[in-house]
Amino acid sequence: MELKDKLISSFMAFEEQIDVHSELHDVRTSAIKNFENKGFPTKKEESWKYTSLNAILKNDYSVFPKHENAIEFAEVKKYFLHEIDTYKVIFVDGKFSSFLSSTTHDGLDVCLMSSALNKPKYKMVIDEYFNKIASKEESLTTLNTAFSNEGAYINIPKSKVVEKPIEIIYFSTGKEDALMLQPRNLVIVGENAYVQIIERHQSLNENPVLTNSVTEIFAQKRAIVDYYKIQNDLQSANLIDNTYISQKQESRVSVHTFSFGGNITRNNLNFYHFGERIDSTLKGITIIGDKQHVDHYTLVNHSTPNCESHQNYKTILADSSTGVFNGKIYVEKEAQKTDAFQQNNNILLGDKATINAKPQLEIFADDVKCSHGCTIGQLDERAMFYMQQRGIPKKEAKALLMYAFSNEVIESIKIPELKKRITKIIAMKLGVNLGFDL
Amino acid sequence: MLSIKNLHASVEDKEILKGINLEINAGEVHAIMGPNGAGKSTLSSIIAGNENYNVTEGEILLEGEDISELAPEERAHKGVFLSFQYPVEIPGVSVTNFMKTAINESRKANGKEEMPANEMLKLIREKSELLEIDRKFLSRSLNEGFSGGEKKRNEIFQMAMLEPKLAILDETDSGLDIDALRIVANGVNKLKNENNAVLVITHYQRLLDYIIPDFVHVLMDGKIVKSGGKELAYELEEKGYDWIKQEQEV
Repeated sequence: MELKDKLISSFMAFEEQIDVHSELHDVRTSAIKNFENKGFPTKKEESWKYTSLNAILKNDYSVFPKHENAIEFAEVKKYFLHEIDTYKVIFVDGKFSSFLSSTTHDGLDVCLMSSALNKPKYKMVIDEYFNKIASKEESLTTLNTAFSNEGAYINIPKSKVVEKPIEIIYFSTGKEDALMLQPRNLVIVGENAYVQIIERHQSLNENPVLTNSVTEIFAQKRAIVDYYKIQNDLQSANLIDNTYISQKQESRVSVHTFSFGGNITRNNLNFYHFGERIDSTLKGITIIGDKQHVDHYTLVNHSTPNCESHQNYKTILADSSTGVFNGKIYVEKEAQKTDAFQQNNNILLGDKATINAKPQLEIFADDVKCSHGCTIGQLDERAMFYMQQRGIPKKEAKALLMYAFSNEVIESIKIPELKKRITKIIAMKLGVNLGFDL
Repeated sequence: MLSIKNLHASVEDKEILKGINLEINAGEVHAIMGPNGAGKSTLSSIIAGNENYNVTEGEILLEGEDISELAPEERAHKGVFLSFQYPVEIPGVSVTNFMKTAINESRKANGKEEMPANEMLKLIREKSELLEIDRKFLSRSLNEGFSGGEKKRNEIFQMAMLEPKLAILDETDSGLDIDALRIVANGVNKLKNENNAVLVITHYQRLLDYIIPDFVHVLMDGKIVKSGGKELAYELEEKGYDWIKQEQEV
């Protein structure tokens, strides 16, 4: 049976398993109908022109996790930001792991989507926010909505500055031959509140995994959200990450996406503005090789005046890897005095590596500042010679240059331990030990 | 120290060096002067091992060993240093970390242990004082946002740290004001001893007022057309390069 049919027929069973009388029933039903009509996206669609899901849809995925699979902390410690204290919402094969997690209801909610969806006390919040910014048209998002049941639920009340970062990690153990996961996260950040969140998807063995994740983030007035996505998964893992962000006036939201691994990774990152003087930041570093594929599809929808957006994506592609950057900035007629900036720099290390870069600016207001720059090149030979002349061998010189290339993005990581971690992963990716922490 | 014999080199089939002969002994300072496009920077790049140039004939011997087939880093490990006319910016890598990497790679290549951290710090302190470099400067990203003078001073600081046998200064005076020039020249002079050699490449005689050469060579159209003592530099300053050209034609 094809995956699409399997999912549609599983939907009934899924609905029975959970609370059918819930009002979410209608939301889910219309979502699965949308998916049924549209199916998985194909390369015929403009927004999927460079990414084909065909090969990965052939696996016979389990669509519901069957088992509670426990893992030892020691086994997975390295995937945590263990140097510092954090809140943790951890899932193993799609099921919440209370053992690995560290949740709270004390002054803020860092807990489970399943509780939020099912417990009456969260009903008002769910009614107000759940599926309110996520697309009701995009097929993969609606597929996730149809099956949405588990994930992280984070609600930060007004004026709360969350001292500890929150880690959301989805582990897959590989105990299923092939596993499809559809996590659903909801993040609500109150007025003047501040939070830092790190999200990661991690397979622990080589069995194929397909994750179709949806995250909705609501930033209220003057809220600040720093969101970091670490994508350094095994070659068997595929990730479609759909993130929808709703910002109210004077809020500042940044999303950093670090794509260092995985088979196929597609990031759909969407920002919507509801108020003035909003600031949105989208940054990414992609370093991949072999036949890995990373596709960044970004949208910043400027619909209100006096807002800013900053995009900066750096890509290094080795071997036969392929990268896509499709950055869309939409400035509506009302969005005067918009300041939108987009930069995308790409380095191709191998003759067989490919990048498809497509900046897309659609501007309907007449008093705006919009700029974009896109470069595709090789490593600077002059710089290579300079470093080699100082006695630094080719491989190390290359690594230093690549680090320097991504430095602009690394510099803006606000959690020092995370910054260290990312530079370490980069050094590992580049296969060098430079004798100092980059 | 350095012995260049009948060196011919080309880039993209265009012959730039047309038979250079040069002997530099330990303890000596040589200057190569010449008009723009004579091949001065090409010569320094080739000695340092820039792979964009093809050596078509001749040899480059460093202490008797032919280095013309070696990679740039291998030549560096053997003691060749080139101070660049246009040093490259490396964001995110501090001057200190860059030097640590460079020094330890060299030590590794020469079968030595890594330099202990305290020794490294001491060396950095000593050499930065020599070049009158502010310590804050050392934690900045290499050459990023440095002024022309700072870049050149940083080049000589690196030279001081690496203690090369042969230091080639390619147009080190360009972009330097008189104070910076004095500091740089002073640094070079203090590093100079009977076991190393300096090759100064310059268009103007100005730098040679501070770094006094034992020998001056004039490079024109890929060949050394005249050699002499330091007085040759003054003669060139006064009469210009056309004078030599005319002399050649006669």
